[in-house]
Amino acid sequence: MTTATTTTGTRAVKGSVGSAHTRVEGRDKVTGAARYAGEIPFAELAHGWLALSTVARGRIRSVDTAPVLAMPGVLAVLHHENAPRVDTDYVGLLGTPDPTAAVFQHDRVPHMGWPVALVVAETSEQAREAAEALVVHYEQEPHDVAFSADRPDAYPLDNFGPAVTQKGDLETGLAASAVVVDAEYTTPEEHHNPMEPHAATALWDGGRLEVVDSNQGTFWVASEIANMFSLDPASVRVRSEHVGGGFGSKGLRAHQVAAVMAATVLQRPVRVIMTRRQMFSLTGYRSPTTQRVRLGADADGRLRALDHSSLSLTSTVHEFIEACAAPARVMYDADAHHTANRLVRLDVPTPTFMRAPGEAPGSFALESALDELAEKCGIDPIELRVRNEPERGPVSGLPFSSRNLLACFREGARRFGWADRDPRPGLRRDGRWLLGTGTAAASFGAGAGPSTAAVTAEADGTFTVRVNAADIGTGARTALTLVAADALETTPDQIRVHIGDSDLGPAMIAGGSTGTRSWSWAVMIAAGELRERLALNTGIPPEGITVRSDTTAAIGALSRKERHSFGAQFAEVAVDPATGEVRVRRMLGIFAAGRIVNPLTARSQLVGGMTWGISMALHEEAVRDRATGGHYGADLAGYHVASHADVPHIEADWVDDVDPDDPVGIKGIGEVGIVGAAAAVANAVWHATGVRHRNLPIRPDRVLTAGGHA
Amino acid sequence: MKEFAYQRALDVSGALALLDADPDARFLGGGTNLVDLMKTGVERPTRLVDVRELPLDRIEVPADGGLRIGATVTNSDLAAHPEVRRRYPALTQAVLAGASGQLRNMATVGGNLLQRTRCGYFADVTKPCNKRVPGSGCPAVEGEHHNHAILGASAHCVATHPSDMGVALAAFDAVVSYETSDGPGELPLAEFYLPVGDTPHRETALPPGALITGVTLPPAPVAAHSRYRKVRERASYAFAIGSIAAALDVRDGVVQDVRLAFGAVASRPWRARTAERALAGAPADAETFAAAADAELAAAKPLPHNGYKVTLMRNLVVAVLTELAEETAR
Amino acid sequence: MAPVPSSTYSAITLNINGEKHTLSVDHRTTLLDALRERLDLTGTKKGCDQGQCGACTVLLDGRRAVSCLQLAVAAEGREITTIEGVAEGERLHPVQQAFLDLDGYQCGYCTPGQICSAIAVIEEHAAGWPSAATDDVRPEAGPPPLTPEEIRERMSGNLCRCGAYVSIVQAVARAAGAEVETAKAEEAAA
Repeated sequence: MTTATTTTGTRAVKGSVGSAHTRVEGRDKVTGAARYAGEIPFAELAHGWLALSTVARGRIRSVDTAPVLAMPGVLAVLHHENAPRVDTDYVGLLGTPDPTAAVFQHDRVPHMGWPVALVVAETSEQAREAAEALVVHYEQEPHDVAFSADRPDAYPLDNFGPAVTQKGDLETGLAASAVVVDAEYTTPEEHHNPMEPHAATALWDGGRLEVVDSNQGTFWVASEIANMFSLDPASVRVRSEHVGGGFGSKGLRAHQVAAVMAATVLQRPVRVIMTRRQMFSLTGYRSPTTQRVRLGADADGRLRALDHSSLSLTSTVHEFIEACAAPARVMYDADAHHTANRLVRLDVPTPTFMRAPGEAPGSFALESALDELAEKCGIDPIELRVRNEPERGPVSGLPFSSRNLLACFREGARRFGWADRDPRPGLRRDGRWLLGTGTAAASFGAGAGPSTAAVTAEADGTFTVRVNAADIGTGARTALTLVAADALETTPDQIRVHIGDSDLGPAMIAGGSTGTRSWSWAVMIAAGELRERLALNTGIPPEGITVRSDTTAAIGALSRKERHSFGAQFAEVAVDPATGEVRVRRMLGIFAAGRIVNPLTARSQLVGGMTWGISMALHEEAVRDRATGGHYGADLAGYHVASHADVPHIEADWVDDVDPDDPVGIKGIGEVGIVGAAAAVANAVWHATGVRHRNLPIRPDRVLTAGGHA
Repeated sequence: MKEFAYQRALDVSGALALLDADPDARFLGGGTNLVDLMKTGVERPTRLVDVRELPLDRIEVPADGGLRIGATVTNSDLAAHPEVRRRYPALTQAVLAGASGQLRNMATVGGNLLQRTRCGYFADVTKPCNKRVPGSGCPAVEGEHHNHAILGASAHCVATHPSDMGVALAAFDAVVSYETSDGPGELPLAEFYLPVGDTPHRETALPPGALITGVTLPPAPVAAHSRYRKVRERASYAFAIGSIAAALDVRDGVVQDVRLAFGAVASRPWRARTAERALAGAPADAETFAAAADAELAAAKPLPHNGYKVTLMRNLVVAVLTELAEETAR
Repeated sequence: MAPVPSSTYSAITLNINGEKHTLSVDHRTTLLDALRERLDLTGTKKGCDQGQCGACTVLLDGRRAVSCLQLAVAAEGREITTIEGVAEGERLHPVQQAFLDLDGYQCGYCTPGQICSAIAVIEEHAAGWPSAATDDVRPEAGPPPLTPEEIRERMSGNLCRCGAYVSIVQAVARAAGAEVETAKAEEAAA
């Protein structure tokens, strides 16, 4: 399916884009030479360790700093009474800041694991012991962490889209429907858990604040720090060359702010690294959700009514909503169409963006409900989707930039062997295992954000690209190398790409599946203009010729359309009804996700998303203890992510789907791989056992308790 | 982690003397559990006596059969040993079902027996736990307990023992040998772990300051036909939610000898003697296996969210004994 | 800042990648922290610091181990191999090369641990060790073939959050094949 050469617009690009290239930083990664945030040595480095609240709600009465200050190596204890003041009254790239990052500003404790102090010491061992020995007295108040569908205090919240959309009369539509599905689905609290914990080193160097960090956008984080500490943006530099995963969790967090405070107070470099356990309270997470989906259809499966209503939670200090009803606004139309995202505020940490926010849990509910409708109608699940393929955006009424969902299903069905499937559940057995297959649709918004780039033709004939991208494992550094090579009509080895440094200037973050598209756009414009300059044959001066670009105007000029990646997910599972164990035996995902820049890394990213889908379907669940308001088992033994043994051979591939409005044809592939994947697994579990699992994850105890065919 | 002294012991008597000198000292084996607990603040020793290099790292085959396993034998070496694989395959399978390749290379047999529960309340010093702080309460009973005990627990503690190896050792009547400064001693595994009662912080019958020196398995021909099955919430690298070690000898369709032990259901590896008695001399069929399991599990007292374990263990007994019986028939 | 030896500090010599390093360590210092914070060997990664992810995997006396649960002071006298020590000069170890060629990583943070673990997996398998994926563990059954299922089980102590497992398994299989080929060639040459 991969095309080696494609024509986009009027520009013919050469063969680097679209052909497989190993990562340009690959050798550094496999030899251990690649240095991540906590690994850059600094002279006179001091180590900070965060101390977190042990109550879920209340006030700090006092902090017993004296005994800790007397401990070996301890340099300082920062807390709400002595820490530098910061400003949170600003609007950043993603809105107002989550006050969780603005540490030590007041005595109020809004959730368990709230940062109450930073202990700084000469060594990390000393800092850790001192932070753990620090006694903090609280005035404890009763807390409320009980999340449930029937919360009377839930409220709708607009956020990156309206909270509620409605057209037509839902009840009339349902009443007139020959077939109705009305089901509740739940997904648990899920955590990003990038393998590299959040880490930052801050230091003042010649009047400039420098922060070596692990984040998804250095210009973004630098701007947030400048805003918060009321600094001239030019005096803050944030670097983040290698990032050990982010998935939405690596923006401005408590560790950077605490490190900056300590470096300012002590006037020496201070490094703060979160423990895995601390990450569960301080780096955001995906809210648990409870979702009700109602579908009404004619006997032939054509939808008359669609209602998707979602509830998620947030903290008492900041609003973040998991917009699960969003996929329904894109995927399926009906005369009566209703979607709603509601929120409840509890004494818990603030959730945040996590790989495919809204779409991942939302698609689990919606695509499971579609499967239930297919069953009730006696229609093949793929055929049901064919019959409900909309012409235009169901809510917006806008045309799609391209929508190749059905092509994905056709290709996927062919390769997966779907045509031979007996739709009846609970019939296939392999020893102790019941076997089943399932499918689901995927979509994710294709966007772009303003970025700048500078491309230099060097005197030696090579090129240097400076663009403030973040490669959090996406392969962005390599993709940009390939894009630049084609744009400059040269080979990738003639290109050097510099990323991950706020001094490179403004650029989009690695988020929302927009990174590579946004940065490539800026590189294309600068490289195109540079090529025109070079065509004049005026020679290259020793300092080279540099052309800068800014895509703000070009992106602003994009016409309004429904712009999305699409995909079709397929899974085969085995269920042991005697033990409740579920194993995924194979998975296939076919995607229509714009032009694929680097098939090698793109496949990895899509397969990675699907692997997250398995993990979401079967394993991931953070448990909150109601009595204390804190987590139970907040570590990687208590919070299971899929291990090697859980992940079978997964295939990901794509159909041609070049975005006509993007200079390279890119749409973005970081998130669409997880969307629908959990539903495909859950639908396959139904096909294997005849039992619907509407609550994730599908753990052995839930399979055993649900009973069914044995 | 609190500062601590460290000494490496080169012989058993030296190790005992070093520990005797300091009531807050601990023996350090592979460290895979102790060092973790020190990081989380659950354990705060003042001194570590490193016993990893003691000459207790051999697996011997006595003339009468059976096995003598040194306390510092690593999990990996135990699992890979040809005589273990040949004569006690369920023990190899149990060890290989536990932890990861890295941890099995570090962990020792002695340490495995003494590992602490993985209950999330025990491991979190910000929460109450009777096992960690006697009298502070057991939040699991009213809180999260879907992977807690159904057998032999009390209102004071519903934690489970996490060992896989221990389940196979329990099935095969292992005897634990130890040394104290007053001389050597032995404890059958059945008496090694204390009942929970109202003292969940007291876990073993080892005398204070004792050093485990080894584990002896008596000869057991039935063990050559044995199996360990573990169910967990991912396919590998996770603690059990239920496991079973079983050995079965069937002749002419009748059970001649049987061993059964359960994991992840109690504060200790649970030897299923009631089930064994029900099986002895009975026909080797699924109904008998199920009835035997029911007899054993009649004592189960599940909590609101772990009742599935009764079903799970019953199904495991039937499934594994049926497999073993079918293999005998072949 | 080098602390003086006392009851809670020791002067030790660590043998790492064939080189001896003498340092004074706080007994609390794990081998992982000694490598990363004292010896600037930052290729070994800290993912969880609790033995729950495998990112810190190194080889101790040739066997894989998690360095986060290994006290540095207790590692004295042992041969320690880290990711920095597995290549032969500029020539990558076959496992490294396979990870690079087959994209057996994404963010790269779990990668050194995966590679060290994979090197040991290939050796453990060659030594005839069974795994939890092995149907019949009795020695008479002979060593199991290194199937993808065997590789997955044996590698399960190394979590990868990016979800690169599929490529990692392919890389380990390729490297294992390559190692077999190399051994055969050496045998033939001898």
